[in-house]
Amino acid sequence: MMIERSNAFVIPTPKRLGYSFNWVGRVGLAVILFWAVVAIVGPWIAPHPPGEIVDWDYFGPVTADFWMGTDYLGRDIFSRILMGARYTVGIALASVVLACAGGVILGMVAAVIGGWFDMILSRLLDAFNGIPSLLFGLVVVAAVGSSIPVLILTLAAIYLPGSYRFARALAVNVNATDYVTVARARGESTPYLITREIFPNILGPVLADLGLRFVFIVLVLSGLSFLGLGVQPPNADWGALVRENIEGLSLGAPAVIFPSIAIATLTISVNMFIDNLPSKIRDRSE
Amino acid sequence: MTQPLVTVNDLRIGAVTDAGRKVEIIRGVSFEIAPGEIVALIGESGSGKTTIALSLMGYTRTGCSITGGQITLDQTDVTALSERKRAALRGTEVSYVPQSAAAAFNPSKRIMDQVIEITAIHELMPKAEAEAKAVDLFRALALPDPEHIGHRYPHQVSGGQLQRLSAAMALIGGPKLVIFDEPTTALDVTTQIEVLRAFKSVMQQGGMAGVYVSHDLAVVAQIADRIIVLKGGEIQETGTTEQILTHPAHPYTRQLLAAFEPVPHVSFQPEAKAVPKPILEVIHLHAGYGAIRKGEPEIKILKDVNFSLERGRNLGVIGESGSGKSTLARAIAGILPPYQGGILLDGQELRGDLKRRSKEQLRKAQIVFQLADTALNPAHSIEQILGRPLAFYHGLKGAAREARVKELLDMVRLPANLRHRLPGELSGGQKQRINLARALAAEPELILCDEITSALDTVVAAAILDLLKELQRELSLSYMFISHDLSTVEAICDDVLVMLKGEVVEALPAARMSAEAQHPYSRLLISSIPQLDTGWLAQLEQDLTLVAQFANR
Repeated sequence: MMIERSNAFVIPTPKRLGYSFNWVGRVGLAVILFWAVVAIVGPWIAPHPPGEIVDWDYFGPVTADFWMGTDYLGRDIFSRILMGARYTVGIALASVVLACAGGVILGMVAAVIGGWFDMILSRLLDAFNGIPSLLFGLVVVAAVGSSIPVLILTLAAIYLPGSYRFARALAVNVNATDYVTVARARGESTPYLITREIFPNILGPVLADLGLRFVFIVLVLSGLSFLGLGVQPPNADWGALVRENIEGLSLGAPAVIFPSIAIATLTISVNMFIDNLPSKIRDRSE
Repeated sequence: MTQPLVTVNDLRIGAVTDAGRKVEIIRGVSFEIAPGEIVALIGESGSGKTTIALSLMGYTRTGCSITGGQITLDQTDVTALSERKRAALRGTEVSYVPQSAAAAFNPSKRIMDQVIEITAIHELMPKAEAEAKAVDLFRALALPDPEHIGHRYPHQVSGGQLQRLSAAMALIGGPKLVIFDEPTTALDVTTQIEVLRAFKSVMQQGGMAGVYVSHDLAVVAQIADRIIVLKGGEIQETGTTEQILTHPAHPYTRQLLAAFEPVPHVSFQPEAKAVPKPILEVIHLHAGYGAIRKGEPEIKILKDVNFSLERGRNLGVIGESGSGKSTLARAIAGILPPYQGGILLDGQELRGDLKRRSKEQLRKAQIVFQLADTALNPAHSIEQILGRPLAFYHGLKGAAREARVKELLDMVRLPANLRHRLPGELSGGQKQRINLARALAAEPELILCDEITSALDTVVAAAILDLLKELQRELSLSYMFISHDLSTVEAICDDVLVMLKGEVVEALPAARMSAEAQHPYSRLLISSIPQLDTGWLAQLEQDLTLVAQFANR
């Protein structure tokens, strides 16, 4: 296809640069941005203090005062969700970025260098993968104590080996292509091969993997919170909100429904966004 | 004349691109095929030849659809049939022999089960009868051990045999029309001959009509009665094979034929230097793959290769697949370190391993690969691709680099505004030019060309060869030209090495290659090149023991 490009001045909108994406992706991005904003400003816009008992009744219904009902102690769920966004979005996002960045970098290095380095690193991470994730979290938190940085690092460590395996498999394929061979024959260094030749071509699948891992981390985080190892009371992440109000389900309490909806909107929109990334990023093979 | 078997009337096939744009691939094509006649569809890639051939089965690829016209096969209007009726037609009335037999066979099932699958699907005959018919077909296709070959798995037979087996698969339902889609393109020349012979005899015996899709006029000349020349989804010319070959009317047909004309290569004469050191010298080179034990790799490919290439001259390396010609290029480029022997570039000894060669040594010898698609990083723009060696070897930056990129694009006859595109937005020929430009960016003295024209259409490949010669004159380059196509080598090389199973069996001047070849394998290879002569295949006499000895069987 011959498309002549003129040199006239055009405003570089995403569409003109070839980075436009469809409405499903836009909806996903909008929801993610919404929750990100909530995570930042949540404590200021919360109508009630999230940790205090404000209602005489437990599992209260939706009222003008309590927009999403109250929980098993009579605390305002709406305020607690706004506050929980900070933990869920923040911790999950930070740890998934750490896990994927670490895994992808190690994976690409292993694929390019190969040989002994690849073998030892792969076996080591395989062995690490064999440790049950909750057990690992339990031991670490018991040893070091629970704090947000510890949580982030623990979750990142749990998900790093899987990300490494995935990225390595992709990078090994790209590493065998002719353009990487040409670059190598030119005398390029390993960092150049990794950052310029391989990384752009595995980015699409790696981002899809990141979306999936993000969802898993939200779930494990709620699991850790349930065991009392995650976010410490009276604060709570969304997963913990669901767990602590689970008995309300039989009473038809909104206290358990709304945190679930919050988790669902976040995880689904992350995947909607990543699945509909501009094809320029997602699929280079065109 | 009898009623034609197939009538195609004003066929139009359209497609919707990813961007949602509608394009017409086939624009009003009409032709007829008489019973028992073999018609060839010829044209370059993108000319719509496969699309037309598939439409005869009422089939279009995903995203395409028949938008107009009529296809009649033996009084049945294929275009008007329901999908279910068309499915009943396929395999029994029309059948298809694909280009890559290796990809068409299921590797986990025995060959016999796959060959007789059509009879089971259409419930044509009991299994025992079908197997007996299959064995008859194997015999007719001159397959070895016809009784038992069906019990093997696809990986246990050779490529040429598999291609004949896929023909057996197509013929088992007793079709009236067989579609051959470039069935010999992926085969070696010596194998191609036996496959063509088998196809020809089996089609003559069965009295079936055929459609033979190919881009190779010489191959088509051996098998087809009539030729239809296509370009851009339109028929350029129709005529009997004899007529097309001897009196082509359309300019495009003449262009196609002209690409076959042997162009005698005129050696480039560099300015005389006092002591002409050979640009490349290879001494007792051994290389191989696999785990290294006692200093020797497990799988040895190259055995004791010796040659020297004078500055400004071109060396051709020919041989069939598996002869080690690509391995030779890789060993010289340092991608595969040799385990024995030496390589001298411009009189300087090159280390085997890439990492131990100096930047200057790497710069002097550049390699260009066969598949331009995979040799260009799809994520980088052309400017980045060409700019990198400039920055890497010569330290060019900013405006100077951009100016040089434009210059390089001009050198390979491409417009300068192409530099903002991604490789995916270029045609095959353009990509190969970019590939070449990247090698030129290093300002090398030697370019290793690994089958660089094999994946291109005849006319495009001829243009690339012209470009190579021009560049040689301008930049006093030397080429090492690897190819399985002898006419290409003849057109550009001064000397030729014939390789067989990792060894150089003969070295001779390219111009006198056909006349002076001594080694039986070289003679076999040279005699196997299809000629633009309808009687060539019938007249060709080959020593069968020789074929069995050298070809990979």
